Amino acid sequence: MKHIDKVFKALADPSRRQLLDRLHAHGGLTLTELCEHLEMSRQAVSQHLGILEGANLVVTVWHGREKLHYLNPVPVHEIYDRWIRKFESKRLGALRDLKSRLEGDADE
Amino acid sequence: MSKAQFMYVTYIAATPERVFAALTEPEFTRQYWDAENVSDWKPGSRWEHWRTDGPRKLAMVGKIVESAPPRRLVFTWATPSDEANPAKHSRVTYEIEAVGDMARLTVTHDELEPGSEMLQGISTGWPRVLSSLKSFLETGRALRTWAGR
Repeated sequence: MKHIDKVFKALADPSRRQLLDRLHAHGGLTLTELCEHLEMSRQAVSQHLGILEGANLVVTVWHGREKLHYLNPVPVHEIYDRWIRKFESKRLGALRDLKSRLEGDADE
Repeated sequence: MSKAQFMYVTYIAATPERVFAALTEPEFTRQYWDAENVSDWKPGSRWEHWRTDGPRKLAMVGKIVESAPPRRLVFTWATPSDEANPAKHSRVTYEIEAVGDMARLTVTHDELEPGSEMLQGISTGWPRVLSSLKSFLETGRALRTWAGR
C-alpha cells in the first residue's frame, strides 16, 4: 500500500482520530495514559496505535521503560499541500462562512 | 516532565548525506525554507537562522551541542532577544537514518516552555519545513508553503 493510502485509511476511523486528538492535546503519553477516559479496551487502543504508527501519524520514543507516543503532523501537512491547498480559494472560504452562518454551525 | 516536547518524522527518497546538507547549507535552506541556517556546525559553535523571504532578518540563534554528520545534530534554539537568557532556550535534535533507499529524518524539539509563543510557532513551522524539504529533495521543487506568512 502506498504511504498516502495508509494515511487516509488510518484517518478514516473515528477512534483513531480521537487518539490523534488526545496526542495533539498532550504529547508524550504512555499506552496506559492513552487508555484513560477512553471507552476502548487496551488491546483495541494498542491495535489502533499500530495502524497510526504504520502511517507515520504517531511516533514513539522509549523513555527508560516507558514507551511515549507523539502525534506526527507531517503526513497531515502533506495531505494539506497535495489535496487541500490547490482547491482552496477565497470563494470556497466565503461559501464555508455563509454555510456556518446559516446553519449556526458550532464546529471549530 | 514540565517542559514540552514535539517530534516530527518524515521519510525522504534521498541519502542521509543529502538530507544533512539540505538542513545545514544556506544555499539549500534558502530554497525550501526561505531562510539561511549559518554555522560551521561544530560543537560549541554558534548558529544563526536568517529569514530571507523579505528583508534579511536574524530570527533565531543558538549553540551547537552535538554534531555527527550525517546522522545527528543537536543545537539550542532561541530568539536573538533571549540569547542571554538560557532559561528561554529550547533544543532541537536532527536524527537521520537510512531505511532502505529512503532517509528517515526525525526532528525533536524539546525544552519548550508550555503555552509559549515559541511553542505555537514551532508546532506549525516544523511540519511546513519538513514537507517542503521532502518536496525539494524528491522533486527539485520546494512547496510555496511560506506564501502569506
